[in-house]
Amino acid sequence: MKATYREALNQALQEEMRRDDRVFLIGEDVAYYQGAFKVSKGFLEEFGSRRVVDTPITELGFTGLAIGAAMAGLRPVVEVMTFNFALLAMDQIVNNAAKIRYMSGGQLSVPIVIRGPGSAAHQLGAQHSQSLEAWFCHVPGLKVVAPATPFDAKGLIKSAIRDENPVIFLEAQLLYPVQGEVGDGDYTIPLGVAEVKRPGTDVTLIAYSKMLLVALEAAGKLAQEGIQAEVIDPRTLRPLDLATLATSAKKTGKVVIVEEGWPFAGLGAQIAESLYRRVFDYLDGPIVRVTGRDVPMPYARNLEDAAIPNADQVVTAVHQVLYRA
Amino acid sequence: MLLIRRFEERTAEMYALGKIGGFCHLYIGEEAVAVGAVDALRPDDYVFSAYRDHGHCLARGSDPKRVMAELFGRSTGLCKGKGGSMHLVDAERRFMGGYAIVGGHLPLAAGVAFAVKYRGGDQVVLCFFGEGAVPSGACHETLNLAALWGLPVLFLCENNRYGMGTPVERAVALYADVAQNAAAYGIEAGRVDGMEVLAVRDAVGKALEQVRTRQRPYFLEAVTYRFLGHSMADPAHGHYRTKAEVDEAKKRDPLLLLRTRMLGERLATEADFKRIEQEVAEIVREAVEFADASPAPPLTALEDDVYV
Repeated sequence: MKATYREALNQALQEEMRRDDRVFLIGEDVAYYQGAFKVSKGFLEEFGSRRVVDTPITELGFTGLAIGAAMAGLRPVVEVMTFNFALLAMDQIVNNAAKIRYMSGGQLSVPIVIRGPGSAAHQLGAQHSQSLEAWFCHVPGLKVVAPATPFDAKGLIKSAIRDENPVIFLEAQLLYPVQGEVGDGDYTIPLGVAEVKRPGTDVTLIAYSKMLLVALEAAGKLAQEGIQAEVIDPRTLRPLDLATLATSAKKTGKVVIVEEGWPFAGLGAQIAESLYRRVFDYLDGPIVRVTGRDVPMPYARNLEDAAIPNADQVVTAVHQVLYRA
Repeated sequence: MLLIRRFEERTAEMYALGKIGGFCHLYIGEEAVAVGAVDALRPDDYVFSAYRDHGHCLARGSDPKRVMAELFGRSTGLCKGKGGSMHLVDAERRFMGGYAIVGGHLPLAAGVAFAVKYRGGDQVVLCFFGEGAVPSGACHETLNLAALWGLPVLFLCENNRYGMGTPVERAVALYADVAQNAAAYGIEAGRVDGMEVLAVRDAVGKALEQVRTRQRPYFLEAVTYRFLGHSMADPAHGHYRTKAEVDEAKKRDPLLLLRTRMLGERLATEADFKRIEQEVAEIVREAVEFADASPAPPLTALEDDVYV
């Protein structure tokens, strides 16, 4: 069955809310407006305002409230209108959600999902275009998921909801209309498991969320030159499936990591470091990272395009690791 | 109250001996608020506290041995030594924890109340916090949500006059009547003498009744005073207040007020107080002994409980 990324999330959330009365959706404009990006279309009609809860514009307040509800045994799904706004709730996410289990010596837990779009769309400017996964991945106690396909989005959001831990679930505005194959009915994809999205032998491309599409496009171009790139999507960023990444890196000996976030202290730096520790002796040269540029996101279209990785940059990076400059 | 007082005095001694580390905030002077308020609760109600949480935890009935062991950072502590002084949790007693980011636990308390209402329960959530939390965004966002959605929370503001060294007059615009901050959200608000344990119990009891039956939040300001410094790093009266002010406040010591009243009304005799004093001394002695004899957490526990 074909569905968009948006529809896949809609189906998965609907199925989870039908399955378990403890699951509820809370956030700005999730009920009557049906979500800023229409992920919760039809929810208010089916589940009512008890379980589809519109909030005032108070990210700290409603995220903290949802964490409290999770402590008392509910399964909140918090929709942040964009992850840029989750910065207002960072104290609640980092100081409460991530730590309550540990600080209480295992007495309490926080089974919550905080989801919404991250990364740039088109010309939304500096405050609405950030890729903040490294912020969340830094924190022990959080899990971080960033699916790229409708199939993965559906299976992973279900696992996130059923997980006993706080899960940050990063979507992407530009992925919402993207179509793909989606499995029928109830299936889950375990957190912490990467997937080889395109098998290859010459170079390993690691990319997640929207950048998976960029990496796949680059792999298509590279194939025309006779270079077979293996494209791997970690899907879950914390915990990271290093074993799958390392297996591919050992096989190809060459690794390029593609990420939309900023280069300094970005997630790719961590992935590279982790791979160096595991497979340094198998690598033919340094790992190359293709990242967003080290600037706040500009508004002008040409500048914005220049700030975000594209397939040509990935091709160039692959040439570099293959010493084919 | 006497248990909290003597427990905290021994805590100070143990801190001085290096048995307890980190930041440690004592509750001496404020005992009547925790004792009066918690006494008005049902066992299935919930309690939240901030970082000055020993008194609330003991008032809720937690085992003094396990509280002291947590302060010592021992494996027998309430949180297996992972929480410490500022993060006591006793889930069995629905003591949902002490939280050390000022104002940050108010949304959590509202969230537990949200869950109660979601399930159609009739429990209430008692949330302690200091007047220093009142100007925070977390407090105001929570008050708005609790009022908007009719959440069963009793917001109990312990106004001990100082947020660390900053007096309420220099921190809260509506300092003369802190509860007016809640009234602005349409939340019913009141004020009680936090040095009179029976007055606190009475005021909290009435407030809880409303919260429970009407499913509305309530904001109660308990006017109290901290006899010691903000934390163990701070001398008794410090640079920000005078010794005379502290001495004046001590004339209304909550233990003294209750004792005087009970003796005056012949509800207890000097012998009764002597006996209670002995019993409490024994409990505290046992708590320290238990904590001191308990093992530190094993190093293998370091990575336990990060995830479920």
